Amino acid sequence: MADLPDRTGPSDPTRRRLLGLFATSSAGIALAGTGLAPIAFPEAAAAQGKQRQWVMVIDLRKCDGCGDCTTACQTEHELPKNFEWIKVFEVKDERGGSYFMPRPCFQCENAPCLRVCPVAATFRDDEGVVLVDQERCIGCRMCMAACPYGARYFNYVEPPEPKHPFHKPTPQFPVPQQQGTVGKCMFCVHRTDDGKLPACLEACGMEAIYIGDLVEDIATNGNETVRLSRFLKDNDAYRYKEDLGTGPRVYYIAGHGQHLDN
Amino acid sequence: MDAPTRALYVERALWPIGRGDLRFWLAIGLLSALVAFGIYAYVYQLQRGLWVTGLNQRVSWGFYIINCVFFIGISYGGAMTSAILRLTNARWRAPLTRLAEATAVAALLVGAVFPIIDLGRPDRFLNVLLYAQVGSPIVWDVVAISTYLVASLVFLYLPMIPDLAIARDALGARAKLLGKVYSALSLGWTGTPSQERALQRGIGIMAILIIPLAVSVHSVLAWLFAVTTRGPWHSTIFAPLFVLAAVLSGVAAVILVIAALRRVYGLQPFITARHFRYLSYLLVALGMAYLYFMISEYLTEGYVLEQSTAPVLESIFLGQYAPAFWTFAVGGLVLPLFLAGLPGRFPIARACLAAILVIAGMWLKRFLIVVPGMAGPIMPWEWGRYSPTWVEIAITVGAAAAIPLMLIVFFRFFPVMSVHEMDEVEGVHAAPPRMAPAFAGGD
Repeated sequence: MADLPDRTGPSDPTRRRLLGLFATSSAGIALAGTGLAPIAFPEAAAAQGKQRQWVMVIDLRKCDGCGDCTTACQTEHELPKNFEWIKVFEVKDERGGSYFMPRPCFQCENAPCLRVCPVAATFRDDEGVVLVDQERCIGCRMCMAACPYGARYFNYVEPPEPKHPFHKPTPQFPVPQQQGTVGKCMFCVHRTDDGKLPACLEACGMEAIYIGDLVEDIATNGNETVRLSRFLKDNDAYRYKEDLGTGPRVYYIAGHGQHLDN
Repeated sequence: MDAPTRALYVERALWPIGRGDLRFWLAIGLLSALVAFGIYAYVYQLQRGLWVTGLNQRVSWGFYIINCVFFIGISYGGAMTSAILRLTNARWRAPLTRLAEATAVAALLVGAVFPIIDLGRPDRFLNVLLYAQVGSPIVWDVVAISTYLVASLVFLYLPMIPDLAIARDALGARAKLLGKVYSALSLGWTGTPSQERALQRGIGIMAILIIPLAVSVHSVLAWLFAVTTRGPWHSTIFAPLFVLAAVLSGVAAVILVIAALRRVYGLQPFITARHFRYLSYLLVALGMAYLYFMISEYLTEGYVLEQSTAPVLESIFLGQYAPAFWTFAVGGLVLPLFLAGLPGRFPIARACLAAILVIAGMWLKRFLIVVPGMAGPIMPWEWGRYSPTWVEIAITVGAAAAIPLMLIVFFRFFPVMSVHEMDEVEGVHAAPPRMAPAFAGGD
């Protein structure tokens, strides 16, 4: 376990409703809609008390592999069935056991997909979420080759008719998807903007998915709210393929019988 | 070279211009049909989207990226062959350089189109210039390929200027319009010493420039793969390996082009078995170097067997890609070395057979780089699958047909062999001191 966020939250998270905090979040995201990669001013935003640094924690001890998160994500973003922005893998270990591992986009701090994009269509917003501007993407799929986690999906087919025909897709809520461009999980920033939880988290009956904020040092699975750093430390959380140096923003808590080395 | 031989040489060099016998039109017809079908397939893909290909979420690069690397590689070999022969002042080069340079341009034009064919949104291609992010290997590619395209066009054009003047003088009366084109393109060439000096300087500079340019093009193509975190791609040897593969396949392509056009245009008196023997030696040297690079790559990866590389290596050596790999390694690399390298009879036929095997083998090798690297389990539990559709196959075949088509059409209007260069190496007119140092003995 390396690089645990060592931050002390300014308030006691157990006494506050996390969702209320979420409601005031991410004003800076609106910048990204201009189509230019926004310049992040984390200090300035933090001074206004609006800065978040989103993370996700997935407790593999709880995940039963039902796939409700995937379905909810597809409904939320009006995606076809083979678009698994959060994909549940069944991992077999050497002793014949297995555990389930949901894989969203890891919103890497040092994102390989972002560096290789020729047109800067992929960018990080100032709250650490990696977004795709599908108005600019040329569909070269270099980012898909670069992503070590297979988290990116290319729109080969014309997406289905949108449920809200007048909605203008934005990087924060890219619905409908554009044919010929790449899309991926973006931690449902359109929902967290409105103080709602990500669709996958809300759908998870096992309450295995937590969304959290490194700045406030809190995380919630919709039911319980925990102090993020202590929660990660106490449960020996790890990040997937951390040795690649990508700095994923998704933490896993190892499933029963799972080796800690992966 | 005596006067009658030179007359025959000039005649043969200009012979294809304006000629069209049945064979010519048959070749044009067949190649055009293949190219037209390829274009139809692309329009079909444009109207519907990339789902008409075999590409999918796991294997998102396939035939198009393979073809891009393959055809640009062939182009590189053509340019390198010509440049090396010029810089080493090889006296036997004169009848070959034009063919090699034209092959370089034709293959490059085809190869450079493939990244665009591969785009999900080709209508937004200009975004690469508008929003260019210099950290992206795709941007490096666009810069390198377009620079190299300009350079290889200049490299084809410069040595042709005196020949255009010869064509102007010889054919100007017969073909009025073509004569005008020749006189415009020959830039008033009369062969004065100052013109000769300027030309030699220009050719010398281009011959030197084209080598680092071509190296850069193929290196950035390799970095497209090598800068990712995928185990089988993330390799320091990739750039030199790609460069070497390019020259190897390019020399093979030059052998095939000169063998074909030699018969079609009756160039046998000037392009002889000797030329094929020399090119065969070049092919063998490059093939052995490639073998060495490849062993170095697979040995270091295979000895350690990192988690991210091991399944892919296993699939290549023993698993689902093993038939392709061993076909390439034995049939496309080792066998051609013996075919082209051993002394004996039928040097031309053996060189051509070796060249065909090498070209097919190098295409397979690019397949083995791109597809298993893509399909390999990056989340370590799932393999991707890829099988191309008729659209990708039609576009690939059309692209391959476009190269001979462009060459045939080009040589219907421009001299197929360099007369001026032959005069120069034969010392017909007192050549001024060369810009390029003759550091290697000619013949």
